[in-house]
Amino acid sequence: MADKLMDNLVIAGTAYSSRLLVGTGKYKDFDETRAAVDASGAEIITVAIRRTNLGQNPEEPNLLDVLPPSQYTLLPNTAGCYTLEDAVRTLRLARELLDGHTLVKLEVLGDPKTLYPNMVETLKAAEILIREGFQVMVYTSDDPIAARQLEEMGCVAVMPLASLIGSGMGILNPWNLQIIIENATVPVIVDAGVGTASDAAIAMELGCDGVLMNTAIAAAQNPVLMASAMKKAVEAGREAYLAGRMPKKLYSASPSSPVDGTIGGSQRPRDRGKAA
Amino acid sequence: MIQLIVNGQPQFIPVVHRTESITRNPDDATLNIAQLLEHMGLQGKRIAVERNGEIVPRSKFDQPILTDGDRLEIVVAVGGG
Repeated sequence: MADKLMDNLVIAGTAYSSRLLVGTGKYKDFDETRAAVDASGAEIITVAIRRTNLGQNPEEPNLLDVLPPSQYTLLPNTAGCYTLEDAVRTLRLARELLDGHTLVKLEVLGDPKTLYPNMVETLKAAEILIREGFQVMVYTSDDPIAARQLEEMGCVAVMPLASLIGSGMGILNPWNLQIIIENATVPVIVDAGVGTASDAAIAMELGCDGVLMNTAIAAAQNPVLMASAMKKAVEAGREAYLAGRMPKKLYSASPSSPVDGTIGGSQRPRDRGKAA
Repeated sequence: MIQLIVNGQPQFIPVVHRTESITRNPDDATLNIAQLLEHMGLQGKRIAVERNGEIVPRSKFDQPILTDGDRLEIVVAVGGG
């Protein structure tokens, strides 16, 4: 178990014991947000940056009061940004809001219907942000070349989609993810597309370093219970990956129980294998 | 009065003038971010401010930098994924 205890997710030199990262959107209220985050065991929590509601009730609770930066690593994102300018401005504001915090999630979207990333703008924005001292975790298409370019540029984690944001369609292209994982020297975190616990486990079994999700938990019938399921799925998938699965064989002729000593003696159908 | 565009909406904010002159010069007006936030009921809130595309660090909230027509963004953290 010592190995397991040492098995941290290391991003930009900081170790995290949870490999599940969760978003904070789409919950019924802040109580549910907090309960789901806690049930997930996640340490890195994404937040969005938005214009304050002018004329809001001054007593209205603030997300940062519910999820204080002293207890969680907040990961401000650029969700909803379609240009590199908007993305960069948003994260500069986030850094100011979070007292100089530099770990951020960059996403530059290309299409409001699919929320597919615009990789040209993403690459340009990443370059500017890294130059300005940000530690950039970047949402990307599952293109191994784009992932490599982002890593070479200095992104601290590459986060390919498994399927479209909010779709819950699961891991649609494990082959591309595998190529990205094989080539990467920074953490690869599946971001988007996970729908249920088995999807998260599959991502981890592939060798992903972590999984980031929001809708799969928030849109479940019971979000807090799903958060707990996701925690276990990510842990189970990680342990299975580390353990190394058995090879797949159509059949093995190698039963798990002893062949001899059955109560019927040694009577069994004759081998129907091809005659020698 | 000074007109600002805050989060895309025009806002008219009363200002303190440095001189008592009858013919008040608009350049004479002074308004800082702290006063603006107080006017909007946002004092003490966890917010960040951008003025004309540039971040205004909290250390400058008490400097009279606001002028007519400035575009401000005042943001908070909200739930998101």
